[in-house]
Amino acid sequence: MEPPAKYLYYPGCSLKATGVAYEESLLTTLRLLEIPVEELSDWNCCGATAYMSVSEASATLLALRNLALAHQAGTKDVLAPCSACYLTLRKSHELATHYPEAAKDVERFLEQAGLPRPDSVRVRHPLEVLYTDVGIQRLRELTVRRLQGVRMASYYGCQAVRPYGEVDDPHEPVRMDEVLRAVGVETVDYPLKTKCCGGSLTGTIHEVGLRLNYILLKEAQRKGAQAIVTICPLCQFNLDAYQREIRKQTGEPIDMPVLYLTQVIGWALGGGFRELGLHRAISGRKLIEQWFTVKKEAETYV
Amino acid sequence: MSERNGEVRIGVYICHCGVNIAATVDVRAVAEYAATLPGVVVARDYKYMCSDPGQEMIQQDIRDHQLNRVVVAACSPSLHERTFRNAVERAGLNPFFFQMVNIREHDSWVHSDREAATEKAKDLVRAAVMRVYFHKPLERRRVPVNPDVLVVGGGIAGIHAALTVANSGKRVYLVEREPTIGGHMAQFDKTFPTLDCAACILTPKMSAVKEHPNITLWTYSEVVSVDGSVGDYRVVVKRKPRYVREDLCVGCLQCIEACVFKEAKFDDEFNLGLSKRKPIYIPFPQATPKVVVIDPEACIQLRTGKCKKACLEACAERGAIDFEQKETYEEIHVGSIIIATGFQTFDPRRMPQYGYGKYPNVYTTLEVERLVNASGPTGGQVVTRDGRVPESVGIILCVGSRDERTNRWCSRVCCMTSLKLAHLIKEHTGAEVFIFYIDMRAAGKGYEEFYQRVLNEGVHFVRGRVAEITDWAMDPSEEGKLIARVEDTNTGFVRRIPLDMVVLAVGLEPQFDALNVQRLFGIGCSMDGFFLERHPKLAPSPTYTDGIFIAGVCQGPKDIPDSVMQAGYAAAEAIALADTGFFELEPNTAYIIAEECSGCKTCIPLCPYQAITFNEEKKKAFVNEVLCKGCGTCVAACPSGSIKQNLFEDEEIFSEIEGVLAYA
Repeated sequence: MEPPAKYLYYPGCSLKATGVAYEESLLTTLRLLEIPVEELSDWNCCGATAYMSVSEASATLLALRNLALAHQAGTKDVLAPCSACYLTLRKSHELATHYPEAAKDVERFLEQAGLPRPDSVRVRHPLEVLYTDVGIQRLRELTVRRLQGVRMASYYGCQAVRPYGEVDDPHEPVRMDEVLRAVGVETVDYPLKTKCCGGSLTGTIHEVGLRLNYILLKEAQRKGAQAIVTICPLCQFNLDAYQREIRKQTGEPIDMPVLYLTQVIGWALGGGFRELGLHRAISGRKLIEQWFTVKKEAETYV
Repeated sequence: MSERNGEVRIGVYICHCGVNIAATVDVRAVAEYAATLPGVVVARDYKYMCSDPGQEMIQQDIRDHQLNRVVVAACSPSLHERTFRNAVERAGLNPFFFQMVNIREHDSWVHSDREAATEKAKDLVRAAVMRVYFHKPLERRRVPVNPDVLVVGGGIAGIHAALTVANSGKRVYLVEREPTIGGHMAQFDKTFPTLDCAACILTPKMSAVKEHPNITLWTYSEVVSVDGSVGDYRVVVKRKPRYVREDLCVGCLQCIEACVFKEAKFDDEFNLGLSKRKPIYIPFPQATPKVVVIDPEACIQLRTGKCKKACLEACAERGAIDFEQKETYEEIHVGSIIIATGFQTFDPRRMPQYGYGKYPNVYTTLEVERLVNASGPTGGQVVTRDGRVPESVGIILCVGSRDERTNRWCSRVCCMTSLKLAHLIKEHTGAEVFIFYIDMRAAGKGYEEFYQRVLNEGVHFVRGRVAEITDWAMDPSEEGKLIARVEDTNTGFVRRIPLDMVVLAVGLEPQFDALNVQRLFGIGCSMDGFFLERHPKLAPSPTYTDGIFIAGVCQGPKDIPDSVMQAGYAAAEAIALADTGFFELEPNTAYIIAEECSGCKTCIPLCPYQAITFNEEKKKAFVNEVLCKGCGTCVAACPSGSIKQNLFEDEEIFSEIEGVLAYA
């Protein structure tokens, strides 16, 4: 598969709010990789998971409008970093192209809105871009500094690999580990890679959400990881934001950085602390500062 | 229509096939319609045309109405064409004054619109009536059958088939690609449900094969080409070099002792890598033939030519070791072939959620067979790879069976194998044993009773498909264990069950090269890749290629008793064919009208069976009817139209086409 000339970036709500560090680090990483990217203009809410369960048809159309705009803009590859956005856009595309029943409605509504069918548009995830379009070999070549002796657990969350399995193998995802190893980070065998982070439960049934968070952090610690690396803004927020509460409830000394993959990769490629949004972290700040603050003597140039 | 054959008097018979046809096709209307067709004297419908009264009805009509053509509209000709031809022949008519119409597979089974299906049946019947009008009397050709039989595959099915044929006095060639016969059964510890020791019942049969005066055993050999047809197959067998002369080696094994490798360091195939062997080895102590073999990938002498060859010295007296040995080819002629090439087990790495290859203490059932076996790599001790006696063992069923994502079929043996292993593991270790199942299938003589026995022994049965095997520990009690995460669908709870050892009951699937074997012998495969039998109920061992039979798991998953039964059946078919001494071929061969042949030789290279020769003196081509298979290629290719084919004459085909297209 030929890498596209340009990606159209679909931020969704998270990357403009709680996940702004993801946007900052993603754009910095792409800039350092010299990959042209442009934000999709006039994008709208993807509908996320909630709308799908209220009205499948409306939710599908809401998501598809974004893809139709991308099609109009003449780009094939829509980059959706948030897992919920990725899955919703991907699923809507699947419905519109593979299910004749749904496709009929889609066509009618898009026609009313004066928009084209987005059949040829591909929904892509940043991990796919790093692993497939850029490639491990090139990442290795472009690495300018390495995190020596730091062990991380790669964590996908539920939506990125299921059900389509295009971002990675749904049963045993390994690409994030390979990407991390390419820039010199050690990864641990983490069996909970795709287990639930609690999603919106941290806001609704708080104690259940916390429990799920705790399980993920605890197991990462048990496996010897010093940080968790993720590709989903909701996972990142859940795992990062409640560690103090978890410490208080369990009495266990959990204080672990929860980083975006693009923060780690971007730093290895030479990105700066603030331009990667590393200053926004809540937990494990000491380690983050220790690892990522540019001190000439601590830095290892490759 | 031509009156060349005298007055044509046709009888048409429409079969109900119970309700198979009658439910979708108005058989009475078809019969009434047929009666109106030119030349038809009588047309009837009947519930079961193939039954004795049905055949009798046709024969009675032939006598009463002086019929000289018969059309039967029923099932597929591959099922009953021969039945009806014989019936017609017994009434004194030439059997080729008969035409069969398939209104079941081609009509009632594939349509639901009764009216349209009835119209289609009428069209098909009309075509047959118009075709049979032009049929000519033909004679079946007989070819002699060589009584020798080739058996391919030396597992329990091949062994049993070979012994049965050999005991009837026929010569048998048994070809096995591994260095020893015995197949998978030789790897098993005990057999369900009686707990007979597999070796005790198998090895005597293996040695009987070796000693049998009528059996030529070629191990470490493969069939590389098959020519000819029923009665006279010409087969070439490649004998791979074992670098040890089979005629001189007595199996003293002193060469293995002497080998310069003091430690065994290569994966032992027989023990599935659970133990090691040297470059010179014998697969297992009871291997048949008891002849050592050298692995050319491992042997220093064969790899580099720079070894002090201690084995050669150890065998100096007999001189059985021969590093210069090359592969040889044997050509044999046989009348029939029994294929019993077996299966491979599902590779559980295809389901990474079960951690096979990742967690050392996840095993397959076949590996555990070796572990519980007294002559296995641990001497029958069931221990984990880190040497612990397990306190809890989980057996997961349907790994690579009954699964949309891998293999859809039930492998049939895994439930019973797992019950047996549960019993043996409990006996050896006293561990708590869990069996995770979807459905327990214990259909077979004494099987349900064995299931009850294992239930009473306190094995835990958890109904649910295991989601994953993980080393994720939720609390200290789970540390160091493998956790089976499973929804127990009997209780409705998601459970975490800590285990020391996990056994994956891997399914059976076609051998990796089954497709090559299928092409080599010209037989068929079903959707799942197992070899295709001629009829799933009534001919589960013959194939669509005359003189080739299949037996054992290569035809579909089955256990030892079923494999043995099918092997015996295949042997009986081969013996019957040999004892008959001849095989009747269809007379649908091509023939050349010499005066019209221009001698252009277009047909000669086109014939896939080398059946056409050229007579240089007369400048004419000539078809050898014994070799001709009636494919029709030469008929279509002949520029002067001088090649004809029996049963497919132009006027027969054209009238049939006219008949099927002429809307009534």
